[in-house]
Amino acid sequence: MAAMARRRALLTGWGRTSPTAATVWRPRTAEEAASLLRAAAREPAAARRGAIARGLGRSYGDAAQCAGGAVLDCADLAPGYRLDPGRALVTASAGTSLAELMAHLLPRGFFLPVVPGTRHVTVGGAIGADIHGKNHHADSSFGAHVRALRILTPDGAHREASPGTDPELFWATVGGMGLTGVVTEATFSVVPVETSAMRVDIDRVPDLDAALALMSAHDADYPYSVCWVDLLARGPALGRGVLTRARHARAGELAPAARRDPLAYAPRAVAAAPPHVPPRLLDTWSVRAFNAAYYARAPRRGRGRIQQLSSFFHPLDAVRGWNRLYGPRGLVQYQFALPFGAEEELRRVVAALAAARAPSFLTVLKRLGPGTPAPLSFPIPGWTLALDLPAELPGLAALLHRLDERVLAAGGRIYLAKDSRARAAAVHAMYPRLEEWRALRSRVDPDGVLVSDLARRLEL
Amino acid sequence: MRNAVGAVDSVLVLGGRSEIGAAVAERLVRDGARRVALAARGAADSAGIAEVAARLRAAGASEVHPLEFDAARPETHAAVVEAAAELVGDLDAVVDAFGVLGDQAAFEADPAAAAAAATATYTGHVSAGLAVARRLREQGHGTLVVLSSVAGVRVRRANFVYGSAKAGLDGFAQGLGDALHGSGARVLLVRPGYVRTRMSAHVSAAPFPATPGQVADAVAEGLRTGAETVWVPRRLRLVFAGMRALPRPLWRRLPR
Repeated sequence: MAAMARRRALLTGWGRTSPTAATVWRPRTAEEAASLLRAAAREPAAARRGAIARGLGRSYGDAAQCAGGAVLDCADLAPGYRLDPGRALVTASAGTSLAELMAHLLPRGFFLPVVPGTRHVTVGGAIGADIHGKNHHADSSFGAHVRALRILTPDGAHREASPGTDPELFWATVGGMGLTGVVTEATFSVVPVETSAMRVDIDRVPDLDAALALMSAHDADYPYSVCWVDLLARGPALGRGVLTRARHARAGELAPAARRDPLAYAPRAVAAAPPHVPPRLLDTWSVRAFNAAYYARAPRRGRGRIQQLSSFFHPLDAVRGWNRLYGPRGLVQYQFALPFGAEEELRRVVAALAAARAPSFLTVLKRLGPGTPAPLSFPIPGWTLALDLPAELPGLAALLHRLDERVLAAGGRIYLAKDSRARAAAVHAMYPRLEEWRALRSRVDPDGVLVSDLARRLEL
Repeated sequence: MRNAVGAVDSVLVLGGRSEIGAAVAERLVRDGARRVALAARGAADSAGIAEVAARLRAAGASEVHPLEFDAARPETHAAVVEAAAELVGDLDAVVDAFGVLGDQAAFEADPAAAAAAATATYTGHVSAGLAVARRLREQGHGTLVVLSSVAGVRVRRANFVYGSAKAGLDGFAQGLGDALHGSGARVLLVRPGYVRTRMSAHVSAAPFPATPGQVADAVAEGLRTGAETVWVPRRLRLVFAGMRALPRPLWRRLPR
């Protein structure tokens, strides 16, 4: 058997901040991954640098980095997946990307239960971050649809966990940021669809209150709903945006030409960000211009528009390497959730961001539905706002710390998969079930072999 | 870990009594650092170290550890770095702040004292810097902040013992930074001009003086931006571009 490929490499998350060096291994089988974990566990405690699994590196911060240790690049990990169309179940290796699965499932009349803002994430990453999508208000997060996991724990054991058998390990792994084990395979449900198109309703919303009111009143009528927010609008236009709500289109709703192949699916990247982008390309002025144009271009009220699935769910995937547009210093994504009832606080946070002229061109507001039993899962019933900011923005650290305090005081939390800068104490307070999760982790990883830069920084 | 906005968790100050070192540590603590090791000769029962430690705790540090460190004993430096890592964990930022300005006339009268000062200002940093670099390389991240000086950018008649030692240190730090390229670890080279401290009180101020607080701000900014070299104040970079071009006969006549 050929030796496993490995290299010493500098890694960052999607935000391209805080690079650290690790030995990157590409295990091809669960057995190879097990031998890597056992080797990491054999290091003497004083010199142990640990190990963490990595998928496609779409976490914005340092969740899939392990400075000085071993990073298990899971792309080649026993690739494969199978669809059971009768039971609408898919079993996939953890390194399989959602893009690959969508290309396989859609022509067969199925779609994933939850997709995030990019299709370039792996099944393992989707579970580790317990990702959510535009249907969270109706369908919860990815973990809610998982029936069974195969998990490799640091003692080298292959374990099976499901909500019925070993629910503790199962729910600690869902949203557990890879710190309870290396997921090698998952079985989850998929949903039948008639077409690969979406039927979309669009509403321009003049301010934040209008957005919240519309989403509260009518989200239940749509499986998918999301609101883009112009974070630079102030005064009476504070929080204005474009609300997009949709469901999967039925075959009869397609244009006659498209009806011949209603499940056709061929997403493409139409452009790529240039390899080198000057600093400060995305500043207050360019983002203000973009936001104003985007808002003006949206229809005041559009109904029944048929849109390709990829342009509805994954418009950013059309620009390869869009994260490079933030320049050499990278970007910081800030995503928080606030419970229902904290709408006043949400408005104050949006006002604070608008007052700081935070140049975020991809600000997304979403209503969240029921969460999962996972102690570290991010979504709680309420509202979530996600924004991208250039890391070089002066005063960014202080601004985000102030927001953390507001979010914490209002009973909210930030999303670990997006974080690259929070302080440990704040995160501990935001996740009151952290101790419960730690107790489970110490059951499967008593020596702390699994560790990431995120876990070190936030002392998880 | 250094986070996306340049804040660190842990700091090791080599030369814990240095006013500039303490100012940098205090700034990093205000930005979020919680664990600090202050390394200096006789650190455990030094009133100076205790005073700095109290300042850092007041600024928000949860742990401040004194650590024995003698710049003149290079054979102990690797152990000092290991001891620091045991106390504060991964070394996110190491501030290399020790050195002796001394008095040029006294040095010219006492060559042995001049050599001892050069050891503190230069060769001590070679052993300490290499020991730190090895640790940072292993941990895959971390920044070594080296306090050089414009005195080493072009050495002057007025303080050439100190200046030549800083010139050595400056070159060493540049080379070490290049050696660490791609390792996750890096060197931030800081070139202050005249800084008002106890150490420099006996020397008349040069143009563009700075305070320890300004040096600390520049270090924090360098950590945030990932800069390789920062000048304090910033305009000295331009000033010294000109200084380096001055003809020797003119340079020689610069006031002491």
